[in-house]
Amino acid sequence: MTKLLEVNNLHTRFKVRNGYLHAVNGVSFSLDKGEMLGVVGESGCGKSVSMMSLIRLLPPAAQITEGEVLLDGEDITHASVSRVNSIRGSKVGMIFQDPMTSLNPFMKIGDQLVEGIVYHRKIAKAEALKQAARYLKMVGISNAEHRLNEYPHQLSGGMRQRVMIAMALLNEPSLVIADEPTTALDVTIQAQIVELVKGLREKLNMSIIWITHDLSLLAGMVDRIMVMYGGYVVEEAVLDDIYKAPLHPYTIGLLKSIPSLKTEAGSRLPSIPGAPPNLFSPPTGCPFAPRCAYKIGRCQDEVPMLAAVSGAGGERPHRVACWVDVRERGVEQ
Amino acid sequence: MHAKQKPLVVVENLVKHFPVKLGAFGNQSAVVHAIDGVSFEIYQGETLGLVGESGCGKSTTGFALLQLHKATSGSVKFDGVDLARLPANELRAMRKRVQIVFQDPYSTLNPRMTIGEALAEPMRVHKTCPEKDIQHRVAQLIRDVGLNPNVANRYPHEFSGGQRQRICIARALASNPEFIVCDEPISALDVSIQAQIINLLMDIQEKYNLTYLFIAHDLAVVRHISDRVAVMYLGKIMEIASKDDLFGRPMHPYTKALLSAVPEADPDLERTRKRIILQGDVSNAIDPPAGCRFHPRCAYAADICTQSIPELHDQGEGHRVACLRLAEIEKETA
Repeated sequence: MTKLLEVNNLHTRFKVRNGYLHAVNGVSFSLDKGEMLGVVGESGCGKSVSMMSLIRLLPPAAQITEGEVLLDGEDITHASVSRVNSIRGSKVGMIFQDPMTSLNPFMKIGDQLVEGIVYHRKIAKAEALKQAARYLKMVGISNAEHRLNEYPHQLSGGMRQRVMIAMALLNEPSLVIADEPTTALDVTIQAQIVELVKGLREKLNMSIIWITHDLSLLAGMVDRIMVMYGGYVVEEAVLDDIYKAPLHPYTIGLLKSIPSLKTEAGSRLPSIPGAPPNLFSPPTGCPFAPRCAYKIGRCQDEVPMLAAVSGAGGERPHRVACWVDVRERGVEQ
Repeated sequence: MHAKQKPLVVVENLVKHFPVKLGAFGNQSAVVHAIDGVSFEIYQGETLGLVGESGCGKSTTGFALLQLHKATSGSVKFDGVDLARLPANELRAMRKRVQIVFQDPYSTLNPRMTIGEALAEPMRVHKTCPEKDIQHRVAQLIRDVGLNPNVANRYPHEFSGGQRQRICIARALASNPEFIVCDEPISALDVSIQAQIINLLMDIQEKYNLTYLFIAHDLAVVRHISDRVAVMYLGKIMEIASKDDLFGRPMHPYTKALLSAVPEADPDLERTRKRIILQGDVSNAIDPPAGCRFHPRCAYAADICTQSIPELHDQGEGHRVACLRLAEIEKETA
């Protein structure tokens, strides 16, 4: 497999009234061509900010203070604004959570799609419209030529998200970043969108980063999962390892606390005590230490580094950031 | 199982239509058919789960039940009394017995009231507690929901979402209710906090012998907490059954599709699983389809489904299904 993306020690912080909010604290990972990575975590864990940092799509108060992002070997972190603009929407496509606020309510669907095509390619408008219709068909929108003349409010939520997906695909990106694309949708529509994306991925052979707070959703979809907490990557492994042999106490707790359609109903769910950290005044050591059942003395003072677990070899080792080897400690509640 | 128990809440043929104005200048009148003839009962001490997708009328049902929406027609009997026909002063007296926990704990607590004041208010309004005992009772409520009693002097903004939801639950408990409508009480919370709140709701139900209507869109959560479950689609109940029947032996095509759409945190299962993917979107509640509300998306729909409206029919042990072609579908899929 050839590497498409490499991220090294990425730090992003926000300037706030009295100091800085450290949203992303040293994120490193890589992504192969055609691979699908799931990024999971709770609100405020830095999953969206770190992935949007890849293409520098950040609010003015945010700054990337350290690290580098290499896309096909090209350093995006230090590239010029015009270069980044030409990468966004062509080499890297984006799908956002809320299709209603991401589409322009005053523009016809067709015009919005054409805009994305002609910005990146010298092409006549009529030809661009034809291409737009082709992509609408590809994402399962019937009567595509007619839809080009409609406004976003005339479409349902699921349809709008399909338009957003078509928009992300217009210039055949090698990487698509999907930021909670199904969170605002109902579960039956979510199933439609997931099937669609899985099909498109096979057809177009693109890499996908799927950001979500829903661990269950990723089980049927991605190749690898990265778990984030408090601005850190706490665990990363291939799909099956995350669910069958999780090593970080947070991942373990999260998996246990999700009610499933199979678990014993009516009993009490094992829950993680406490609440996620406040990033204005983060804990000095491991961000999860205040809630952790496996905590040892060291956890409160030193941040554990993400390291490959001894024994797990290969190109894609299971990585975990924890001072404790939970396998030696056995299962604890 | 409920033969001996008496229903605490009996909803009969409840209808709620909202008149709306459409068009750029609000010059077209239309009616949103939010709930169209919903009937069910909730037994003393049980949790009835109410599931469905957004816009199916599940929250409207909860609101209409508490008379927060005035129903267009139909009755809601609580302990034998029809709430819809009670005069205002008697209804107010009833309100201490029926309470609600809302979805968003950020917008449901008054930012200018301390937690102690917020919890004491319902006791003073409903006179459920003598003035001298209020401080003591407030402390007890705060302990009941797993917080430290010294939080009584603090304001809502000092708390996280999960803690605020605990406070909202304490406030609902303050008037010693018998029945609580939980309207998506965990949807706005972080994943790692949801389990805490589910456990808390189950604990206080046991402690105070409460009856719940638990409204949610997350089927796994509903299965976990409910005794019986009702599935709604576009203002109608499609299926209602005990939890084990509904999840173990779903009968309505919509329930089957809904269950099959729920992702499971198990890669092996997901690889082999055959999903029923529903086509299209939920129809418009302003102009709901004739006949069965689900027929435009149903794989089994026939001519009859576009013509007559299915009623809920008992398939044994209180497992009721509203489907005209149920017998044929059961034969086909057997």
